[in-house]
Amino acid sequence: MSFLRTLKAFFLTDMVSGLGLTLRQLFAKKFTILYPYESTPVSPRFRGEHALRRYPNGEERCIACKLCEAVCPAQAITIEAEPRADGSRRTTRYDIDMVKCIYCGLCEEACPVDAIVEGPNMEFAAEDRKTLVYDKNRLLANGDRLEPTLAERLKRDGEFR
Amino acid sequence: MIEILTLYAQALATPENGWWLFLTLAGILAIAIPVLIGMAMLTWFERKILGWMHLRHGPMYVGPFGLLQPFADAIKLMTKELFLPAKANTLMFVLAPMMVFVPALLAWAVIPLGPAPYFGTNMVVADINLGVLYILAVSSLGVYGILLAGWASNSKYPFLGAVRSGAQMVSYEVSLGLIVLSVILLAGSMNLTAIVNAQQGLWFFIPAFPAFVMFLISILAECNRHPFDLPEAEAELVAGYNTEYSSMGFGMFFLGEYIAMITMSAFTVLLFLGGWLPPLNIAPFTYIPGVFWFAGKVLLILFFMVWVRGTLPRYRYDQLMRLGWKVFLPLSLAWLVLTAVVVKVWGNLA
Repeated sequence: MSFLRTLKAFFLTDMVSGLGLTLRQLFAKKFTILYPYESTPVSPRFRGEHALRRYPNGEERCIACKLCEAVCPAQAITIEAEPRADGSRRTTRYDIDMVKCIYCGLCEEACPVDAIVEGPNMEFAAEDRKTLVYDKNRLLANGDRLEPTLAERLKRDGEFR
Repeated sequence: MIEILTLYAQALATPENGWWLFLTLAGILAIAIPVLIGMAMLTWFERKILGWMHLRHGPMYVGPFGLLQPFADAIKLMTKELFLPAKANTLMFVLAPMMVFVPALLAWAVIPLGPAPYFGTNMVVADINLGVLYILAVSSLGVYGILLAGWASNSKYPFLGAVRSGAQMVSYEVSLGLIVLSVILLAGSMNLTAIVNAQQGLWFFIPAFPAFVMFLISILAECNRHPFDLPEAEAELVAGYNTEYSSMGFGMFFLGEYIAMITMSAFTVLLFLGGWLPPLNIAPFTYIPGVFWFAGKVLLILFFMVWVRGTLPRYRYDQLMRLGWKVFLPLSLAWLVLTAVVVKVWGNLA
């Protein structure tokens, strides 16, 4: 046994098999994802940047029930509301402080009309905190921009709820 | 004194000597500049191959395929602050990197690159009869620079790294010299051009395969490469002998180390892989000039060095010394005796 081992060591068999392994890896597919140009698939449950959605006729979904404000563990949401001229109850102010937010998704869960959702976008870094305090217009704009994606995500996730 | 020197200079300043001087300088530049560029590309090559072996992409943003990365690195190194440690011996500290860099480049004086295309003259700066001995001598000079760096830094890690490097290079030089001696016996000459010409029928790595394998492993130790890179074992010694160096001081060590790699690969190619000779002396192979065959074979050996770095873990220091003195020395000595007997009985291959 010891003689065999010596013989194996003498002919560098272990070294050669190791070299063979690295040579195979040399031509193997690379795992690196070139991030700014490529990205990994994003799950429909991914909790990224927030958005306020609208109904297909253009009316805001949010009915100012303030459940999201109440459930928010980081108290990042601020809502003010009053009745509109047509008598319906709407928000006059809907702010989310994206720096305070912990992206737990509870606002999304609490919302009875699927108005506030967290979208797939994670690339909204800014150079100061002021730009990260989102107001209602910014959130609605996000919703308008991402609506097809948001609807698709809710549909795909819906069958598991 | 000055009059004698002036007379001497006047006697030397003939048109023939001027022409000779011009040709020599042109030859030196024609060898040194490609070697330096080759060194830069070797760092790119190494990073790319290592990256692929790690399932990464390697450098790929600076220039096409990251080809300009080494030049970006060079600019970065040159613009760094040159830092002189307070307790270092300043003169020696500054001198040491040059003493590593210059001998590495010096060895290229005797390395023949084969017949020049269209002219047919042998492309070598100095075709001397003791070319093999010259390469061994000059490549050993690099140790002085490393030892000096470790001593002049006046710091424990560089010191330990330098001591290790000195012991390692001296140990492996012994078996390296014995293997080279067996090749000299096979070729019957110490002139590198003659050694390559002796391989016209059969490249020496076939009849002397065990010597070839031992030589490959020994040049890894000689160049302080993985798995024998104990002089700069970063886990134990921070960075070994170049711990205290920054900017171009570090750059010079880097240059010296990588040029030594290319030199040793070229040496291997000349001794074992038939230098500039094509693998078969038939039509499609002979159309390609010898220089390209030479460069291709050097690249093959360099790839092997990088490949080994991507594969094997570092040796322990006592294992390294045991391998050098207890395995390689007796084996290469036995191989030398065997070759000598065979050459005495059947004659050499020249």
